[in-house]
Amino acid sequence: MSVKQTLVVIGNGMVGQHFLAGLAESTIKEQYQIITFCEEPRAAYDRVHLSSFFTGTTAEELSLVEDGFFDRHGIILHLGDKAASIDRTAKTVTSAKGLTIAYDKLVLATGSYPFVPPVPGHDRAQCLVYRTIEDLEAIAAAAKTGTVGTVVGGGLLGLEAAKALMDLGLETHVVEFAPRLMAVQLDDAGGAMLRRKIENLGVIVHTGKNTSVITDGERCVNKMCFADGEELETDIVLFSAGIRPRDELARASGLEVGQRGGIVIDNQCRTSDPSIYAIGECALWNGMIYGLVAPGYTMARTVVADLAGDSLSFTGADMSTKLKLMGVDVASIGDAHAKTQGAMVYTYQNGASEVYKRLVVSQDKKQLLGAVLVGDASGYGTLLQYCLNGIELPENPDALILPHRSDESVGLGPDALPASAQICSCYDVTKGAICSAIEGGCMTMGALKAETKAATGCGGCSALLKSVLDSELSKQGFEVNTDICEHFAYTRQDLHNLIRVEQIKTFADLLHKHGKGQGCEICKPTVGNILASQWNEHILEKPHLGLQDTNDTFLANMQKDGTYSVVPRITGGEISPDMLIALGQVGKKYKLYTKITGGQRVDLFGARVDQLPHIWKELIDAGFESGHAYGKSLRTVKSCVGSTWCRYGVDDSVGLAIELENRYKGLRSPHKIKFAVSGCTRECAEAQGKDVGVIATENGWNLYVCGNGGMKPRHADLFATGLDKPTLIKYIDRFLSFYVRTADRLQRTSVWMENMEGGLDYLKSVVIEDKLGLCDQLEQQMQYVIDTYQCEWKSAIADEAKLKRFRHFINSDRPDDNVVFVEERGQIRPASDNERKHFKLMEMA
Amino acid sequence: MAKWIDVCNVDDLQPDSGVCALLDGEQVAIFWMPVLSEAEGADAKVYAVGNYDPFGNANVLSRGLIGDIGGQPVVASPLYKQHYNLETGVCLEDESVKIPVYAIRIENGSVQVDLSSLPLHGEPAL
Ligand code: SRM
Ligand SMILES: Cc1cc2nc3c(=O)[nH]c(=O)nc-3n(C[C@H](O)[C@H](O)[C@H](O)COP(=O)(O)OP(=O)(O)OC[C@H]3O[C@@H](n4cnc5c(N)ncnc54)[C@H](O)[C@@H]3O)c2cc1C
Ligand code: SF4
Ligand code: FES
Repeated sequence: MSVKQTLVVIGNGMVGQHFLAGLAESTIKEQYQIITFCEEPRAAYDRVHLSSFFTGTTAEELSLVEDGFFDRHGIILHLGDKAASIDRTAKTVTSAKGLTIAYDKLVLATGSYPFVPPVPGHDRAQCLVYRTIEDLEAIAAAAKTGTVGTVVGGGLLGLEAAKALMDLGLETHVVEFAPRLMAVQLDDAGGAMLRRKIENLGVIVHTGKNTSVITDGERCVNKMCFADGEELETDIVLFSAGIRPRDELARASGLEVGQRGGIVIDNQCRTSDPSIYAIGECALWNGMIYGLVAPGYTMARTVVADLAGDSLSFTGADMSTKLKLMGVDVASIGDAHAKTQGAMVYTYQNGASEVYKRLVVSQDKKQLLGAVLVGDASGYGTLLQYCLNGIELPENPDALILPHRSDESVGLGPDALPASAQICSCYDVTKGAICSAIEGGCMTMGALKAETKAATGCGGCSALLKSVLDSELSKQGFEVNTDICEHFAYTRQDLHNLIRVEQIKTFADLLHKHGKGQGCEICKPTVGNILASQWNEHILEKPHLGLQDTNDTFLANMQKDGTYSVVPRITGGEISPDMLIALGQVGKKYKLYTKITGGQRVDLFGARVDQLPHIWKELIDAGFESGHAYGKSLRTVKSCVGSTWCRYGVDDSVGLAIELENRYKGLRSPHKIKFAVSGCTRECAEAQGKDVGVIATENGWNLYVCGNGGMKPRHADLFATGLDKPTLIKYIDRFLSFYVRTADRLQRTSVWMENMEGGLDYLKSVVIEDKLGLCDQLEQQMQYVIDTYQCEWKSAIADEAKLKRFRHFINSDRPDDNVVFVEERGQIRPASDNERKHFKLMEMA
Repeated sequence: MAKWIDVCNVDDLQPDSGVCALLDGEQVAIFWMPVLSEAEGADAKVYAVGNYDPFGNANVLSRGLIGDIGGQPVVASPLYKQHYNLETGVCLEDESVKIPVYAIRIENGSVQVDLSSLPLHGEPAL
C-alpha cells in the first residue's frame, strides 16, 4: 500500500464543502489524507438561503453537511481554527491555534468578505454586514433596540438585506451610490420599475447618494451624512456594497493575485503554484470573480477531476439570475445591457401592473443575447434556454415578452430543448441526465431530486425540471398505453360509454362483459364513480360498496391515525347563528377538533368510525347535509357577500352560489369540482381560481371555466359574458356533463381542457354552439342527477344494513386502542408516535 | 395444533370488502372476495391479515380496497396505497415488509380463525 498524500482545504464554506463532497464520492479519495480548516464556529451551511434564518430556519437546518460526513470519510475538520499562513517552500500550513500541517496539495476556498467603504465612522456600533450566521445574530440583536435600519448598497444582496430589516419590523432605507437599483443586472427603466415596486412595499430608496461620514445621531444611534448635504438618522447601518475576495493568505505567500484582488487561476483552477488550487469566490478567472454559488461548484468539480487526472475545464459561467426580492420577481439574463455589437432591443412596459421586460437580440433577430424582467419573471426559464442553447428565436421575438391574450402558447416547451441543455446550473444536470433518470424510474420530483440533485441548490430550476418531468411522463403515458389498469383495456371515457350505451349497472357486470380478474384500487373507484354519475344510486348499496375509496366507504375523510373528519355542507358559506351553535354543540359533545376550512365551511376532526353515524344523526337533525368532502364530486361554491351588503356589489352572489351548490351537490365527477361566485370584479370569492367561476357585471353574469388552485394553479378562462341566469345554468349543466363523460380519472377540468384538441374554442363550440348535437343529452343527464339527489348520510343512517360497517370491530364494541389524542391550543390532536408509546406505558404501569 | 374459534357470521362480512375483528388482543382484518369475473372454477375466498398498516402506523387495513394485481390477491392500504398480498402478507412495493397472515375458514355459515396462527398473547408478531 502506498503512503497517502496530504490534501489540505482552507475554508469550509459552500464551495469548500462541495469540493469535499465531490472528493468523497470519487475514487481518488483513498489516495489522500484530507484535512480542512474552518474559521467559522460551524461547518459549511447554506449562505444562499441565509435570510431564512430570520424566518425561523435554524443553523442546523441550513447545514450543508450530512450527519457524520467527516467521520465517515475520514476527513479531519479543524473547526473554529483559521489558517494563518502558508509556507510554500516547506509546503506547510500553520493555523491560528498553532497547528502546522505539511501538504502535498492545497485548495484555497476562502470565499469573500463584504466590502465596507472606508468612510469615517464605518466601524461604529451597530454598523454591520450580512454574510454569516453570526452577522445575522448581531443584526437581530441590534433590531431589538433600534427602530430604523439602513442598507448601504442597492444590489441583489442589499435588497435581500433590506427585506430582512423590514421583516424585523424596522423602518427600512436603502442607500445606493449608483443612480438606480441593481445597477449590474438592470437597465434604467428596469431599475426604476423595481424601485417603484419596492417603495410601494414601504422601503425608502435613496439613489445617487455618496456617504461621507457616519456620526452620532440625535434620535437614533447613528447619523449618515451624504456628500450632497442631506442626512439620515438610523440605528443600524448594514453594509452590502459588494464583496472582496479573501486572498490575504495567497498574497502573503506570494501567489499571483489580480490587480483588484482575487487569486489568479487557470482553466483547471490551478494557481501560480502547481500544488495549490483556488475555488469559489476567492478565485479570479479570466479577470472575473464570480459572486454566485453555481460557478464555484463548477470550479470544485473541476479540481476533483484534475486530481483524478480527468480532463474538465472551468471556462466561465453564466451569470443570469432570477430571484424574488420582497415578493417582486426580478431576472437578468446574459447581455442585459446590450453591449454586444449590433444588438437590438425590445422593451415592454406596463405601468398599471408594474411589469417591465426587455429583450436583447442579435442583429439578425435570430439569437437571444440577454433579457431583463421585472415584476413578472415567469418567462425566465424559456428565455434562459433560448439564450444558453442558441435556439433560434421565433419570427417576432417580441411575442416572448408581450402578454398573450389568446390561448396560443409562445413558451418554449421542454421538448424543444436539446438533450445537452443544462437544466440545473448548481449541479450541472442536463436534460439528457434528467430524462435517463426518469426512464430509470424516477416518476416524482422527489425521486428526481434525490437521484440527480437537480433543483436542490438554489432551487431556481425547479419549475423547468417539473416541466421536463411532466412532458416525459406524459410522453411515456401516451406511448405505453391508455388502459386504465390491468383489468380493463379501456380508457375512462371508453368505460363511460360502455356503461351508458349498454346500460350496465354494476361493476361485476362490467367486469364480466369487458374486463378480467378481480379489479383493483384503480378501476374499482373509477367505475364506482362512473356508475354514480350515470345512475346515481347510493354508493353504499351492496353492489357498489366494495368499489368505493376508503373515504367514500365511510362517507368521511380518513385522517393519518385512522379517525375521520366530518364536513357538513354549508352552501355558499352562509350559515345562521343557530346552525353554527348546533355545529359547536356537536363538536363539543364528541370532543372533535374544529377548524374553518379553506372552502368556507367547518371541518370536525377526530371522529372514530363508530361515532360517525351518531354525529351525523345529530347534524342531520339540526338541518345539515353531507358536504361530500370525501367524494370526487362538487365540494364548495365559495361566495363573496355580494350586493346584499357590499357597497360595490353588482348582483346577489350569495344567492346564486347557494342555488348552484344545491343544484350540483352530490354530482360524482372524474375529480373534485369547485365553484365560486363573486359580486363584482373585485373578485373577493376568487372565482377565477375555480373549475367554474361566476362574476357579476352590469350586463349580467360572466362565466369562467377550468381554473384551479392546488398543486398546479391555473387561472380560469373567460367562457361567456353577460349571461342571464337561465343561460348561465344551461351552460354549466352542459359543461359539467361533458366533463363527466369525457375526462380521464382524477383529471381536473383544467387538465381535461388543456388536453382537448382545440382547447377552449372547441369546448365553447360544444357547449355554446352545440357542435356535436349533444347538448340535449347532456342537459337531460344533469337533470336526472339533480332529480335523484339524496343526502348520502341521511339515507345511510336510516338503513341498518349500511351502518353495519360503522364499527371498529365486528365482534367487539371496544374502540381502537391505537387512537390516542393529546391537547394542543385547547383542542385535541393525534398523538405522535412517541407520545402514543408513552401513554401505552402509563396504561400498563 | 389448529384451534379454530368462531369470529362472526358470514352475513357480518361485507362482500368484496373488509371488516376488523379483535382476537386475543390482536386486530385482524378479514376480507371476503366473491368471484367477480368468470375465472375458471374460482370460488369466493376469505382472507385474514393484520389490521395494522406498518407504513401509516394506524389500524386501518380492513378499510382498504381489495382486488388482484398480476394474479395475486391484494389489499391496498387506504392511507398511502401500498399493496399487501393477502396470502403471504408481503408488501408488493417493499418486499422486506410483511404483515401477519392468519388461517381462516367458513364452517356452517360461521367465520373461523385458527388461534394457533396468532402470535401468543403478549408476544409481538414477527
Ligand atoms: C380541510 C381542507 C384544508 C383546510 O383545513 O382548510 C382540505 C383538506 C384536504 N384536502 Fe384540500 N382541503 C381544503 C381546501 C382545499 C383548497 C382551497 C379551496 O377549495 O378553495 C384547495 C386548492 C383549490 C383547488 O382545489 O383548486 C385544495 C387542494 C387540494 C388538492 C390538490 C388538488 C389539485 O387539483 O391540485 C388535494 C389532492 C387531491 O384532490 O388529489 C386535496 C386533498 C385534500 C384532502 C382530501 C387530502 C386527503 O385525502 O386526506 C384533505 C382532507 C380533508 C378532510 O379530511 O376533511 N386538496 N384543498 C379544505 C377543505 C375545504 C372544504 O371545505 O371542503
Ligand atoms: C445573504 C446571501 C445571499 C446569497 N444569495 C445567493 C443566491 O441567491 N445565489 C447565488 O448563487 N449566490 C448567492 N450568494 C453567494 C453565495 O453564498 C456564495 O457565492 C458562496 O457562498 C461562495 O462560496 P465560497 O465557498 O466560495 O465562500 P464562503 O461560502 O464564504 O466560504 C468561505 C469560508 O472560508 C472561510 N475562511 C476564509 N478564510 C479562511 C482561513 N484563512 N482559514 C479557514 N477558513 C477560512 C470563511 O470563514 C468561510 O466560512 C449569497 C450570499 C449571501 C451572503
Ligand atoms: S367581490 Fe365585490 S361585491 Fe363581493 S365582497 Fe368583493 S367588492 Fe363586494
Ligand atoms: S439551478 Fe440552482 S438548484 Fe438547479
